[in-house]
Amino acid sequence: MIHSLFLINSSGDIFLEKHWKSVVSRSVCDYFFEAQERATEAENVPPVIPTPHHYLLSVYRHKIFFVAVIQTEVPPLFVIEFLHRVVDTFQDYFGVCSEPVIKDNVVVVYEVLEEMLDNGFPLATESNILKELIKPPTILRTVVNTITGSTNVGDQLPTGQLSVVPWRRTGVKYTNNEAYFDVIEEIDAIIDKSGSTITAEIQGVIDACVKLTGMPDLTLSFMNPRLLDDVSFHPCVRFKRWESERILSFIPPDGNFRLLSYHVSAQNLVAIPVYVKHNISFRDSSSLGRFEITVGPKQTMGKAIEGVIVTSQMPKGVLNMSLTPSQGTHTFDPVTKMLSWDVGKINPQKLPSLKGTMSLQAGASKPDENPTINLQFKIQQLAISGLKVNRLDMYGEKYKPFKGIKYMTKAGKFQVRT
Amino acid sequence: MSSNSFAYNEQSGGGEATELGQEATSTISPSGAFGLFSSDLKKNEDLKQMLESNKDSAKLDAMKRIVGMMAKGKNASELFPAVVKNVASKNIEIKKLVYVYLVRYAEEQQDLALLSISTFQRALKDPNQLIRASALRVLSSIRVPIIVPIMMLAIKEAAADLSPYVRKNAAHAIQKLYSLDPEQKEMLIEVIEKLLKDKSTLVAGSVVMAFEEVCPDRIDLIHKNYRKLCNLLVDVEEWGQVVIIHMLTRYARTQFVSPWKEDDGVEDNEKNFYESDDEEKEKTEKRKKPYTMDPDHRLLIRNTKPLLQSRNAAVVMAVAQLFWHLSPKSEASIISKSLVRLLRSNREVQYIVLQNIATMSIQRKGMFEPYLKSFYVRSTDPTMIKTLKLEILTNLANEANISTLLREFQTYVKSQDKQFAAATIQTIGRCATNISEITDACLNGLVCLLSNRDEIVVAESVVVIKKLLQMQPAQHGEIIKHMAKLLDSITVPVARASILWLIGENCERVPKIAPDVLRRMAKSFTSEDDLVKLQILNLGAKLYLTNSKQTKLLTQYILNLGKYDQNYDIRDRTRFIRQLIVPNEKSGALSKYAKKILLAQKPAPLLESPFKDRDHFQLGTLSHTLNTKATGYLELSNWPEVAPDPAVRNVEVIELAKEWTPAGKTKKENPSKKFYSESEEEDGSSDSNSDSESESGSESGEQSEEGDSSDDSSEDSSSDSGSGSESELENKRTAKKNAKNKGRSDSEDGEKENEKSKTSESSSAESSSVEESSSDSESESESASKPESRKVTKEKEKTRQDRNPVTKDVSLLDLDDFNPVSTPVALPTPALSPSLIADLEGLNLSASSSVINSRSSTKPCSAS
Repeated sequence: MIHSLFLINSSGDIFLEKHWKSVVSRSVCDYFFEAQERATEAENVPPVIPTPHHYLLSVYRHKIFFVAVIQTEVPPLFVIEFLHRVVDTFQDYFGVCSEPVIKDNVVVVYEVLEEMLDNGFPLATESNILKELIKPPTILRTVVNTITGSTNVGDQLPTGQLSVVPWRRTGVKYTNNEAYFDVIEEIDAIIDKSGSTITAEIQGVIDACVKLTGMPDLTLSFMNPRLLDDVSFHPCVRFKRWESERILSFIPPDGNFRLLSYHVSAQNLVAIPVYVKHNISFRDSSSLGRFEITVGPKQTMGKAIEGVIVTSQMPKGVLNMSLTPSQGTHTFDPVTKMLSWDVGKINPQKLPSLKGTMSLQAGASKPDENPTINLQFKIQQLAISGLKVNRLDMYGEKYKPFKGIKYMTKAGKFQVRT
Repeated sequence: MSSNSFAYNEQSGGGEATELGQEATSTISPSGAFGLFSSDLKKNEDLKQMLESNKDSAKLDAMKRIVGMMAKGKNASELFPAVVKNVASKNIEIKKLVYVYLVRYAEEQQDLALLSISTFQRALKDPNQLIRASALRVLSSIRVPIIVPIMMLAIKEAAADLSPYVRKNAAHAIQKLYSLDPEQKEMLIEVIEKLLKDKSTLVAGSVVMAFEEVCPDRIDLIHKNYRKLCNLLVDVEEWGQVVIIHMLTRYARTQFVSPWKEDDGVEDNEKNFYESDDEEKEKTEKRKKPYTMDPDHRLLIRNTKPLLQSRNAAVVMAVAQLFWHLSPKSEASIISKSLVRLLRSNREVQYIVLQNIATMSIQRKGMFEPYLKSFYVRSTDPTMIKTLKLEILTNLANEANISTLLREFQTYVKSQDKQFAAATIQTIGRCATNISEITDACLNGLVCLLSNRDEIVVAESVVVIKKLLQMQPAQHGEIIKHMAKLLDSITVPVARASILWLIGENCERVPKIAPDVLRRMAKSFTSEDDLVKLQILNLGAKLYLTNSKQTKLLTQYILNLGKYDQNYDIRDRTRFIRQLIVPNEKSGALSKYAKKILLAQKPAPLLESPFKDRDHFQLGTLSHTLNTKATGYLELSNWPEVAPDPAVRNVEVIELAKEWTPAGKTKKENPSKKFYSESEEEDGSSDSNSDSESESGSESGEQSEEGDSSDDSSEDSSSDSGSGSESELENKRTAKKNAKNKGRSDSEDGEKENEKSKTSESSSAESSSVEESSSDSESESESASKPESRKVTKEKEKTRQDRNPVTKDVSLLDLDDFNPVSTPVALPTPALSPSLIADLEGLNLSASSSVINSRSSTKPCSAS
């Protein structure tokens, strides 16, 4: 399936290559570079590029292109999903996935890639198993390794691959047994000029960090499971149990994992927690434009809105902006025309605003459209859909674990058209 | 220069080496051009020395540096002899890195690679399954043709290994060997056939992958394993699922008849002709009803449905395409929700999913209509995503939603991304042609856009308006006049050409403007683009024919200009038009028809989706994405008109009992119970069936769950018998069995939880087997009940009887798959609580027994 993998950085250097079948010359990447040139922007590079003898499938993450070389028909999502899994694994191993980090850990990277694919077919992709096979590098371990001459490679054999629950490693031991669940909801919305909602939906995930000894069997139930319209599970969740009782029953992997992602049914009206008042105008005659934005809370269920960041791609005609924020900091990049305003927390008594003027290119006609405003924000301790976890029970082990549940609401793709 | 800098790099590499390598004795002093070469040599010398040292740490450092070289794409092949020596190292990491090196360079150094073979051969006999597996993995990855016989032998042995993990690696090795030496195909197919029978979930995905690569046309190998694969599917790892689903899609298209209703009438007629005698029974059934889905077909659809919930986009897409290609059209709509969910994912996933949705939305609009708003474009989307979304929105447009859509399009037209704005205008044009009610509104909107500041937008609008007017040649004089005025301002050649063509076509409707336009064009003729010049010539010719009084001289002037144009196309056209329209002696019969030729009624262009012709590719494939046939693409065959004999999928029960029992269980349970564990699996699936079909099934399930959760096992069995008799009162046999079962479980009272769960399993097996015989035919079950009465209470005999009905025609799995009509109402009584069944299904089958243990022991805690 997957013949080879090339890692290419933003300046177009191939800084890592790995082959699972016979070697494919790196000159095959020339086709990729051609496509990259044509696309002008990195994110417009087509994910699938045909070449005379191969097909190049790529993903772009962390400013690195992961280019897989394919020779025969294969479902493209299969490869793309796998490449994303590779990136996730690197992130899991090294904390960040960047060129210098990969270069520093090239041996571990190579070992991991070797285990993930056999003859181009995925072999071990669960991070729990991989970590058992190849230990992730830590500072302590590096020190110990240099002194004692021991290695990254686990000396035990990967029994997990053979086990009943392939996602969980065996023999897990903790002194403090804890299980944390984060319910994170994102609001995707498009708000039109007048402030009415064109489309809004809520997507949520439950991320878990489970550090429990042995083979715990957990069940998690909701107060209002009906809210969940469409769900996808980590493979550990027992599907039938969910179908019949709407309860999540699972033997968790060890460590961090995404238990569930869901979509809240479209019938429920989505509460929009913020509003944006805007007054952006270009005049035909003068080379100055007015710019004014105010952000305020709307339906927040009494919670504070934090981490507000406003970004907007200004039209090409805008040369510069002189703005004064009532709070926070703002930047305008005259090259990319990107305006970014880091607002911080919204104080309902004193609404944050950003006012000023834009200087436009002399002689150029006014842009036909006002820029779209993208919004980011966070609300702690609130799941905007109203989803609530009822209880978490553990079976199969004797000890009493510490349990914690956290809620958070974030802006997903939140756009205000002006 | 370049060679110099290269050498410097090497040097610095060498410098690092001295820092890293603790054993390194030689220090490198870079000095001048002479030193460069020696240092290069030295550097590798240095690595060789490290590899030959006694200390593992030095070897390891050397190997790490070599791996670094490989990663950068540098050639490290000359170190081969030094590296190969370490293949038998005790240190696992060194060994692994040597393996990595070996697999990369063995092809180039075949003779030396042979030195390592004996090590692997030894490891293949290792008592540890993981060592056996990894030895096989590396051995088969070494692409050295000489060792093909050794590999073949190793694969054959590994395929019969006790460990499923080793067998999995054997399946991978099959593909490697096949690509190395295709002549081994026949032998390899034998191994594949053997491995396909494997019941381990670990092996299933890999062996199907091997099947797809080596012998995708040997569909006959699948028959006997079809039902097993369907049932294992949920528990196979995600990558295997994708491969299996794609293979089963192809399989199903060759084995079942179409569930799509349109074809039904045709099919039925033909069936009457070609019917064969041995299948008479089924056919009569089919004649009565227009279409009955093959139970195996249903099984596949039912078992893949839960996978729509997978976190893996590839699995979801695979299931979606399966539903699209195989399920009845009414059922396919459940996939849309899951596909829309994938749109939240990364841009690459979005891209592929949107492409597939685009193809689907052309054929079945209704599927995605409820999700219209999910395809609204955001300004932050990459352009390729934007255009795909537009495409889908166009496909979904209908009378009901067009007004909202048009409002949405209005914002897109104003987008800063002009390429996208232009695409939107084309989209509006397509909507206007598809939905006749809004054509006028769209036209007006497009005319407004003509005053847009952006030239690309205006040009695109003109082109689209031209197409629209061509379709509705009625009274649009006003618009044409407006466009004629635009000729002064628009500079984009395509747009100018479009306007001129439009005026020429409608010259009789705008008799005053047309000659004036020609006059103006005559002035600017020489400076126009070729495209525009051709249209000026056309306009002149048309006017000459309709209004020769006013335009005769102008046209001749233009024809003279055209005669001396630089472009031969234009000179050609000029000559042609002159001969055609200007009457002279030489001109033959053609000039009489000049008007008919030039002003003929022209068919309106069809504005079609670029995704229209993609539907002949299987969805979710690379070929579909590229819209060309990729190497190795396997065509999805059309539905057969007559289904091939469904009996080929039947598996002998004796085989069933052995083959289908999950591996984990075989060890723990005695042979007589194997049978039950098999039918328990089936019971679980039939349970899900009854759950969805009727409430009563789930109610009785709850009942038995109560019994299950309490510790008292006699209560347990009584609840069993209660629910059993409830469903099948008429059948005496059941009652007897239950009574017997009660006795047995009573005697076992006080045994471990594990035992208890087994008895409940066995009782469920009985109830399901009863159902089999009864559904087969009433008379048969009666005859079966006779020997039953004489029966001694021995487990083994019972199993033999249970087999009887099964071996006849229908295998175990068929029954719960039959339509409710054909099955006597008897619903299987779930003796296991639904939650337990859920557990069994959700978990790896091979382990279910041990899980039951832990679960049932925890149950009381939850109750208290």
